[in-house]
Formats: sequence, C-alpha cells, structure tokens
Amino acid sequence: MSIVLSIKNVDKTFGGLHALGDINLDIEEGKTHAIIGPNGAGKSTLLNCCIGRLIPDNGTVEFEGKNMIGMQPHEINHAGMVRVFQTPEIFPDLSVLQNVMIPALAKRDGIFKFNAFKSLSSEKALEADAIHILEDMGLGEHILKHAGSMSRGDKRRLELAMGLVQHPRLLLLDEPTAGMARHDTNRTIDLLKRIKERGMTKIIIEHDMHVVFSLADRISVLAQGRIIASGTPDEIRGNPKVQEAYLGGAEL
Amino acid sequence: MSMPLLRNDWVVMALFTAVVLSAPIWLSPVGAGYPDLLQKFAIFGIFAIGFNILFGLTGYLSFGHAVFLGIGSYTAVWSFKLLTMNVIPAVVLATLLAGVFAVVIGFLSLRRSGIYFSILTLAFAQMSYNLAYSVLTPITNGETGLQLTMDDPRVFDSATTEGLPSTTLFGMDMSGYPGFYFCAVLLIIAFFISLRIFRSPFGLKLRAIKSNQTRMRYTGFNTKPYLLTAFVISGMYAGLAGSLMAITDPLAGAERMQWTASGEVVLMTILGGAGTLLGPLLGSSIIKYFENIFSALNDGQLHEIFAFLPDWLENIVVAIAGEFVGDGWHLTLGLLFMIVVIFLPGGVVEGIRRASAFVRNMFNKSATDESELSAEKE
Repeated sequence: MSIVLSIKNVDKTFGGLHALGDINLDIEEGKTHAIIGPNGAGKSTLLNCCIGRLIPDNGTVEFEGKNMIGMQPHEINHAGMVRVFQTPEIFPDLSVLQNVMIPALAKRDGIFKFNAFKSLSSEKALEADAIHILEDMGLGEHILKHAGSMSRGDKRRLELAMGLVQHPRLLLLDEPTAGMARHDTNRTIDLLKRIKERGMTKIIIEHDMHVVFSLADRISVLAQGRIIASGTPDEIRGNPKVQEAYLGGAEL
Repeated sequence: MSMPLLRNDWVVMALFTAVVLSAPIWLSPVGAGYPDLLQKFAIFGIFAIGFNILFGLTGYLSFGHAVFLGIGSYTAVWSFKLLTMNVIPAVVLATLLAGVFAVVIGFLSLRRSGIYFSILTLAFAQMSYNLAYSVLTPITNGETGLQLTMDDPRVFDSATTEGLPSTTLFGMDMSGYPGFYFCAVLLIIAFFISLRIFRSPFGLKLRAIKSNQTRMRYTGFNTKPYLLTAFVISGMYAGLAGSLMAITDPLAGAERMQWTASGEVVLMTILGGAGTLLGPLLGSSIIKYFENIFSALNDGQLHEIFAFLPDWLENIVVAIAGEFVGDGWHLTLGLLFMIVVIFLPGGVVEGIRRASAFVRNMFNKSATDESELSAEKE
C-alpha cells in the first residue's frame, strides 16, 4: 500500500497554547482514516495545516511525495486534496446546481481560465456529472433551488457534493454528519461507504462513534494536541489509554 | 428568464437590436426622440453595462470608474488632433488605452477588498483628476480642456479648407442621427458581450466570488486574475463610452474624471438593478431622461400641466412641484433613488419582475377559476 499523505513532526502553537505537538501520521491509499478526540484536541487545526489555511511552525505535510507547506489553498486543491467544511461554506446566492458546477469548473479549468464567450448551458458533461452527484446525495429535486434558502442538513449534503464532484485523490471531511438527523446520518454513511468502494482515500474528523466505527479502516486519537493512539477500530476500542483520555473510562 | 425563448442568446439579441434601433420612433411620444438625448442613453448605457460587469457580478464597488471615461475622451480627442477625424481609430485607441490603465489601477486596487477597494479606486480617480488639471496640462490642456485647433497635424486627413472639421465615419458626418446610430451599434455590441459573459462559465465564477470569495480559494480558484479581468473589461467599456462622448463634441475636460461622474454610474447601476442584464441600461436611461426633461421644465409649463385644477390649488401644487424641476431636478432623482433602494433593493428590474409575476398570477387565477367553472358544469 502506498502512502498518500504523510504528516511529519508537525507543531503548531497559538500564543502560549500548544495546539499540535509533534504529529506524525501516514494515510494509506484507498483507506478511510478517522481522527477522533475530545473538543479542543486539535483536530480541525490539523486539517487546516493540511489544506493551507494554517502554516505549521515545524514539520512537513507531504501529499503524494510533495511538500504542501506554504502552498496556496487553490494549489493544494488542484494537487488533489479537497476539504469539506464543517459549517457549510456554500455559495448562498447561487442555485444548488451552480454550487456544484463551480468546483466542477475549477477541476476542469484550473486556477484561471477566461471562458467568457462559451455558453454555460453547453457544459453538458459537467452538468450531467453534477446532477448525478446531487441525486446521489438526495438533492435531486432541489437542483434549481436557491442554495441559501435550504435547510442546514441539506446545505451540509450540498457541501459534501461540492467536494465529491472534484473527484479528489484525498477527501478531508470535517464532521460530515454533525447536526444531521439520524436518518440523514445513515444516508451519508451509506454514501461514504459507496465512495470508499470506488477507492477514494478519506480523512474523517468525527464525534459520532457510530459513524466512525462504520466507516474507518484506521483510527487515530488526538488529545491535547498529541496522537495518543493509532490503530484499527478494534485496537482502539480495546485501548485503555484511549478510554481514559477520550471516553472518560466508559465502555465502547 | 421564465420564458424559455429568452434563454436563446440570438432571440434576445434580435429583440434588443430591434428595440434600440427603433428607439427614435417609440421614444418620441415621451419627448426623448431626438438624437442628442438618444446618444446619451447609448453612451451612458455602455458605461453602466461595463460597470455592472465588475460591480454587479463580483460585488467589487469601484468609486473611480470615471477615470477611464476621462482617458477615453482624451485619447479620442488626441486621435482627432494627430491622426484623423475618422471615429474608428479614436474609439479603438481609447478602448485599448483605458484597458492599459485599468490593468495598472486594477492590479493595485485589488490588493484590498470591500470598502478599502472602493477608497483606493476613488483615490486613483481623484489623483488623476487633479493631475489632469495641473502637471499634465501639456497633455490635457488643463482647465480649458483639450480641443481641436486649425493647426493640428491630422496626418491621415487632407488639409481642411475652412473652419474646424467635424468627426466622420469614412466621410459620413457624425452629427445628428448618424452619430446616434453609430453609438447604438456599439451599444448593441457591448450588450452582446455582456450577455455572453453573464451566461458563461466565467460569469458564473465571478458571481461565485461575490457570493463567497473565501470558498472560491478552497475550491481551486485564484480569484485575483478573475477580478482583474472583470476590472479591465469594465474599464474598457468606460473608455469606449468616454471616446463616444468626444465624438459628439470633440472636447475633453478633467471634470469628466471627477468623483461625481464616478458616483453617477454607481447610481445608474443600482437604480436599474445591479447584477441584472438590462438594469444598468434602464438606470442610465432613466437618470439621463430625468436630467434632460425635468431640468428643462419651468413654472410656466407646470401651470399648463396643472391648469385643470382650481386656481388656488394650482398655485400650491405648482409651488411644490416647482422645487422638483428645473435646477431642482436632483431632488426628484434623489427621491426616486430612495424609493427604489428602500422598496425595491433589486432596482427597476426587480419592480418589473414583481409586476409581471403579479399579472401572471392574476392570469393563472382566472384560468383556474374558469377550469373550475367548466368542471362544475360537467
């Protein structure tokens, strides 16, 4: 198995707070790697260091052998590492379909392309792919709706569709089911399982243990900015250190 | 947009062309059917349509677009002085030079967004305005303004016999209706380009920048070149409009770059409906119409209009209305602007949309009533 993403010795300090300390993590191709940990453990900080929103004080983030530190967010996106945001970061003034067309255009057109004289309605292939993914997400009947007027759960699924339409090499999901009803959560799990069958590598940050144990091949546990355990779901379930730090000694 | 036929660019363009070219006929009942005013509609329409590509699509509010208007006018007059009285080189050179300046000003101003961007563009415009008045006098002729003179070289024209020559299009005099039709053709081209941009992937990306610029970066776009392209296109539209002003009257003054001129195009765009295709053209025409018609009204004409009222009431009405016409026409414009912004944030276009939706609803209602009636009969 080849390593897609390799995080080496990453440190990040905010003022006096050690948000991340000496993080080492390898993500294998085709695997779903979950990162769990209590609030404030540094999970989102770690993701932000990967996609160029934050620059770590030390260490490297190598994606397919290339160091991503110091690269612009749009360059990291084109390298094939795509993030799905926790709070929906959609385009509220555009239609649902247009929201998905934008990342699809980004994937095809690159960082800049002046295609001002081409008609948008002639982009049949991109449109078909976008509609296909929206239907997959259960948003098929909403495609012409104003994205800003949708419910929060629908916005989260739209956010996921925007990530998926780029067919990334590595998808970073920040709590993909937070705030979803149980029914929607199960639907999202099914969808993520199907994506996994297609061989897409994923990192998932998640609070919901039901989601984590249904999807993850490997789990890493963060506590106070450090990785205290890494392993298969079974190993993590049985690890007393994890139960101590994260689960407060409760039985999983 | 609800009508599928209007999705076809060629249908839209055919309609637009017919409406613009027949404007002298259908605008004469409201007193706007003369070439001077029609030409103003076309010129300011081009200015506002271009401004809308920047402001309407990306949301970046430039407060200095009059700079490009001024550059366009100066370039056109210099072209008349040095090269030829033919309008084609004047228009082409003005548009290109405005584009060059837009690259520089846009590159510097777009380092910031929001209010800081607006202030930077305003600063550049005021700087250019003051420079045109002072140090750049050899190029701009300062306060007098740049004018044609008898001893201009005009290398491509044969020497004129008597008086100052007038602008031409390959020999055709550009005053009166030919002047309007020349501007009208350019307006149609300008509108066509704007229509294509609005309905292109590029246009969608610009709208996405307006909606959520941060997200665009994480979606794989470098937003700077997109914004700069939109800025340059709108600057070139302004340069074109500026050169057309010089065609009507081959004279260019620094006041064309003043901040009031920059503010006027903002008003036009918002009044008509920012981000809509037709809005800026409607807004600019409404403002120019008010400027020409209301400012020309005087108390005598008001007395004629309100003659049907009893004398004492007529005097009161005329006294009040008199404040809103003549020199006070800005008051009318201000009121209209306030009403539109408060009640119709989407501008006149939104008003039209609401009205047509209302009519359609009434239509549908009566249709369903009828079908219910016929169902009852059965």
